[in-house]
Amino acid sequence: MSSRVNASYFPQAERVAIFGGTHGNEMSGVTLVNMWIKNRAEIERSGVAVRAFITNPRAVEKCSRYIDTDLNRAFTPENLSTASGDGLPYEVQRAKEVNQIFGPKGSPDAYDVIFDLHNTTSNMGSTLILESSTDYFNLQMVHYIKKAIAPESCMVLLNEHPHLKYATTRSVAKHPVGLEVGPQPQGVLRSNIFESMRAIMKHALDFIELFNSGVEFPACSVEVFRVHERVDYPRDTNGNITAMVHPHLQDCDWEPLNPGDPMFQTFDGRTIPYEGASPVYPTFINEAAYYEKQQACITTRRETLAANAIRKISK
Amino acid sequence: MLLTSLMLPALSRVAVCGGTHGNELSGVYLVHERLKRRKKSQVMEPVAVVTVMSNPRAVQRCVRYTETDLNRCFTHAILSASEQTSYELVRSQELNSLLGPKGSAEAMDLICDLHNTTANMGLCLITYSDSDWICLHICKYLQARAQHPRTDAMEIGPQPHGLIRANIFMAMQEAVQLLLDWVRLFNSGAQFEGGSVDVYTLVKNIDYPRDPHTHTIIAAVHPDLQDRDFCLLHPGDPMFLSFSGETLRYKGKEPLYPFFINESAYYEKAVALSLARRRKVEIPAIRACLHTVRTKT
Repeated sequence: MSSRVNASYFPQAERVAIFGGTHGNEMSGVTLVNMWIKNRAEIERSGVAVRAFITNPRAVEKCSRYIDTDLNRAFTPENLSTASGDGLPYEVQRAKEVNQIFGPKGSPDAYDVIFDLHNTTSNMGSTLILESSTDYFNLQMVHYIKKAIAPESCMVLLNEHPHLKYATTRSVAKHPVGLEVGPQPQGVLRSNIFESMRAIMKHALDFIELFNSGVEFPACSVEVFRVHERVDYPRDTNGNITAMVHPHLQDCDWEPLNPGDPMFQTFDGRTIPYEGASPVYPTFINEAAYYEKQQACITTRRETLAANAIRKISK
Repeated sequence: MLLTSLMLPALSRVAVCGGTHGNELSGVYLVHERLKRRKKSQVMEPVAVVTVMSNPRAVQRCVRYTETDLNRCFTHAILSASEQTSYELVRSQELNSLLGPKGSAEAMDLICDLHNTTANMGLCLITYSDSDWICLHICKYLQARAQHPRTDAMEIGPQPHGLIRANIFMAMQEAVQLLLDWVRLFNSGAQFEGGSVDVYTLVKNIDYPRDPHTHTIIAAVHPDLQDRDFCLLHPGDPMFLSFSGETLRYKGKEPLYPFFINESAYYEKAVALSLARRRKVEIPAIRACLHTVRTKT
């Protein structure tokens, strides 16, 4: 039974974007978006304009994560308001362009929903990434997707951390959603990973179409993993890593890590344990792109969020 | 027994190279650790082993190469050209001076070059001749003892480029140690019995299916083939799954063994996978002829 007293109302989602190539070597999104640019049939839904878009074409061309700087960290207020000019790093200029087309970020003219497609070398499976614990539209969407793909699983990572959250490409939209599927090496296209991402996008667009048609989604709860801490590799005084992710932790994304459990292994075989005070759920374990960001993994805490019923505002 | 051994010169100069591709990190860290340990403790090894970081600039940037693939630069034409300017071309000449010159009497007896692959190839030894008894005996020795054998380039996968997996590092470290153990034993006069070794020989490379007009890739390696390196592929078996859902099958007449399935660095070389024939190579018993040990120049 829906409760009209606690329902949240949102406008029709009229403009939706699907971003690929925010990192030019994450091939599932690059391939899907290029395919959908060429043939839109699969992403068309009634009542909504869906646009597939390559956000970092030069990085895609080079098959590298970025050219000058990580586009997925570039959407800061400073960057978006800085004057255009020749001296700007490529990705800062690109962030301004993306903000102009799909934003401006924070304004009523911004796109309603943006999905940003990523791959990871970590064994995260399919993961939806949210930036707010109170965006009921997004919470209802991920709840719908999780039910639709069952028994296949899809985790929900929530990054609301004051220091660790970052200015993503998708943050231009009112409702930003990250979709991360792994494990897949950079520069590689694996069929199963590609098809998983494609299936999740299909359900996401189905949800939007249903929502736009006036369906009310009853109140629900969603299990999420909330970002807690970043853990770096052990390093020497020169900054070189002195240990690797321990074989017992490698590929164990989303499994509990208890104090004392093996976390790292030095090059001569010594185990370094997890020294935190309480159990955590690590993820992004051994993501290749995060060595330069001083991150061996992120620890998370499991939480259940409540989402209000949602319904489209009738005109 | 002793009379039927093939006598070969002892191996007085051996090199271990890592970072030929700067983002293949097992070899990079192995070389880095060997160089660190050498500096710290002045370890005297029974064999004179030269440890080299082949492409330091690519290692520093964590990329395969900066201008051109170093592992394709050791042709006679490139090595003998004067006034090379591109980084890897210059570097190949430097390495040739250090470890060669290629084809001369002063060259290293044995070079073990450490690589990783995104393909599921386990531990794989790559050698260039089916009558290189030294390499084939090393292969046989490792196959009997290594935790992760497949069969002195040493290729260990799967590992994404740009990261290091502990199990892969340990497997490579063990394999290098076994290789050096073998060299020490060989040089001390031990006899190694003959026998046979399974070898896989490249027959052809297969590219991705592409759009005839744009040349963009239109299919991925089929899920039934992905990660099945060295599992026999029969005519009619699935090879690719197109984005429109069509299964594309192996059309060759001969069953062959696929390897380097979905190696990320080979997309630009238009190779989705390679196909090999397998056969047994008979190798003779060998022993070092100790009278012909060359002194280091």
